[in-house]
Amino acid sequence: MSMMQGFQMDLISEHRLAEMAPVEKVRFIIDEVREGKILVLEKGLSPEEEASLIEMTMTLIEPDGFSGIEMESYPSEVDTSILGRLLKKNTIKTRMTVIGPADQLKTLRKDRNMISALISAQK
Amino acid sequence: MGVIKKIKRNFSDLFKRLFKKQNARIGIYGPPNAGKTTLANRILRDWTGDAMGSVSHIAHETRRARRREGVTIKTNGGSITLDIIDTPGLATKIDFHEFMAQGLDENESKRRAKEATEGVIEAVKWLDNLDGVILVMDATEDPFTQVNVTVIGNMEARNLPLLIAANKVDLPEASASTIRDAFPQHPMVSISALEGKNIDTLYEEIAKRFG
Repeated sequence: MSMMQGFQMDLISEHRLAEMAPVEKVRFIIDEVREGKILVLEKGLSPEEEASLIEMTMTLIEPDGFSGIEMESYPSEVDTSILGRLLKKNTIKTRMTVIGPADQLKTLRKDRNMISALISAQK
Repeated sequence: MGVIKKIKRNFSDLFKRLFKKQNARIGIYGPPNAGKTTLANRILRDWTGDAMGSVSHIAHETRRARRREGVTIKTNGGSITLDIIDTPGLATKIDFHEFMAQGLDENESKRRAKEATEGVIEAVKWLDNLDGVILVMDATEDPFTQVNVTVIGNMEARNLPLLIAANKVDLPEASASTIRDAFPQHPMVSISALEGKNIDTLYEEIAKRFG
């Protein structure tokens, strides 16, 4: 029987990520992606976590090695509750996000409610 | 009476020094090659007679954030003084081979890639020190890029004002309406930073949003 060729895709539940601190989430994602996995996060990351992920990605880029990530999330939605307005801090409703190695995952098309991506089994 | 006046003046100076309002710090953000430095140069040339930095068709020309303090923009409604920060293009990936494809040699490409990664980190760090953002989008490109989504999300989470500049509308394939439809919750001005098209409307909007 021949070995099945392909890539690993992990679907991460909202609950699984919610158990982690922001720094742990970023570390977890970057470690998994550097191993060549494609992650689908049920509820995505907060905008601040996305920015941290971009920052950490940049520190790990190497010539002829890791070239970065492809990340696609839907635009977040703002929950403008009265409490949020009083505290002058908005609550962001994050949405599903796909993250993978930049040399294996390529976004073909994206709009408010649809992400179309091409995944390559080979780098 | 002279003494009282002097005391009053001293108190007034002290008060001003203690509670002096800082200029609003406005960051110019966007993906590489959206026209951020072209816009920064346009703003500075119009209001200070200076320039911010060099521009290039090769991505990541700006690899270090540049700040210009005290830029006063005058509009019909009054004037506003800002500190303008031109940030390096944000990206989630940087591959030096892409610079080689643009004609740079290998060493130069690797150096540019390394500096570009540092520039992205700097741009991300600046997000914590701003009062507002002008997000420059290339109106010939898909507006739902991750960089746009992340910058908008960060401004919304911080409840800070954001103004979208739909740039490059001088190009025939540009579609500012696609950007407006994508992010209807934020004000947008369609401009050509290169040709100066609609730039006065942008200044009016800057004064309104960041004043």
